[in-house]
Amino acid sequence: MSNKLRRREVVETLLAGRGDALVVAGLGAPSWDITHAGDHALNFPLWGAMGGAAMVGLGLALAQPKKRVLVITGDGEMLMGLGSLATIAVQRPRNLAIVVLDNERYGETGMQETHTANGVDLAGMARAAGIAQTLRVNTPAGVSRLKRLIYAGKGALFAQVKVDAEKLPLVLPPRDGALLKNRFRAALLGPDAAHQ
Amino acid sequence: MKKKKAESAWPDELHALLADAGVRQVAIVPDAGHARLIKLCEKDQTMRVVRLTSEQEGVALLAGAWLGGDKGVLLMQSSGVGNCINMLAMSIACQFPLLMLVTMRGDHGEFNPAQVPMGNATQAVLEAMGVLVKRADSVAELPEMASGALRLAFNTFRPVALLIGQRLLGAKDFRKLTKSVSE
Repeated sequence: MSNKLRRREVVETLLAGRGDALVVAGLGAPSWDITHAGDHALNFPLWGAMGGAAMVGLGLALAQPKKRVLVITGDGEMLMGLGSLATIAVQRPRNLAIVVLDNERYGETGMQETHTANGVDLAGMARAAGIAQTLRVNTPAGVSRLKRLIYAGKGALFAQVKVDAEKLPLVLPPRDGALLKNRFRAALLGPDAAHQ
Repeated sequence: MKKKKAESAWPDELHALLADAGVRQVAIVPDAGHARLIKLCEKDQTMRVVRLTSEQEGVALLAGAWLGGDKGVLLMQSSGVGNCINMLAMSIACQFPLLMLVTMRGDHGEFNPAQVPMGNATQAVLEAMGVLVKRADSVAELPEMASGALRLAFNTFRPVALLIGQRLLGAKDFRKLTKSVSE
């Protein structure tokens, strides 16, 4: 075991006491990670839509400006949607945080290297795009600081959290997309959501 | 003169339709055919225009919008449809309502050969993904087609694309643009 952060401990820490935060997870390991921390009606784990997690978060953040929106995704997923960093920076959503769990691997397909294993700096890209707060995290103290910043909600935030490339048992959320959508909307918007 | 006035009013009618339906998030990759509608949406205080770097961002954005209780619309040209294909799997799998207003290129009277393959494939690839596709080729039918597409998307929770034909929009005249630059 390396001395790197462990992804499920990071996610458990970030989601403990989450209150009414709205959580979107990119496909693959981040979806298993948030489910490992506890399946929740205000979780929207993606089963596909690679490259789209941050943008789902933006649409949600613009629709719900008083709620904190947290996107948890992987380095491979974020690399597929780099343009969205520019789109998000221009919109300046104060209530959106994007946390990339960066294990430098495509975990679901056999642990092949992503570009972050070869020097590509995602936090630097987010900063260059103009996202208000960007940070790189690789210690438990850094995770605690990240958590404070997420829930303070002062401007869009992007964090690249370096984590160990460990192989973990999958923890699957429901996979019926309509169920995930409807339970999320009912928990957020109330029973009338079904009649919108 | 009267015909010209009627032609220039269709973006205003589409804007009024979107506003009346409570559309809040307007996701765009610009197209000349949508230029006036985009300006109208930008002036509308009840709408948030979100410029995208690629059309697939709009499919994801509007999924998030709906999760949060907002209606949206995606404005783009037909070349952008190709960029959306895999992301549309989410709209289908989760039954997200999605209204796409697609101005056609590679269509009636096109000048640019590079626009033709995607323009010609637009309807087929959308339908292959399970998107319902409607089409308007005249100004007279456009508002009613748009109204029907909007209701179909939001009443039945599915992606619906309305293709706005180049016969209606007019093809871009590249030869003219080599001689002068104007609006």
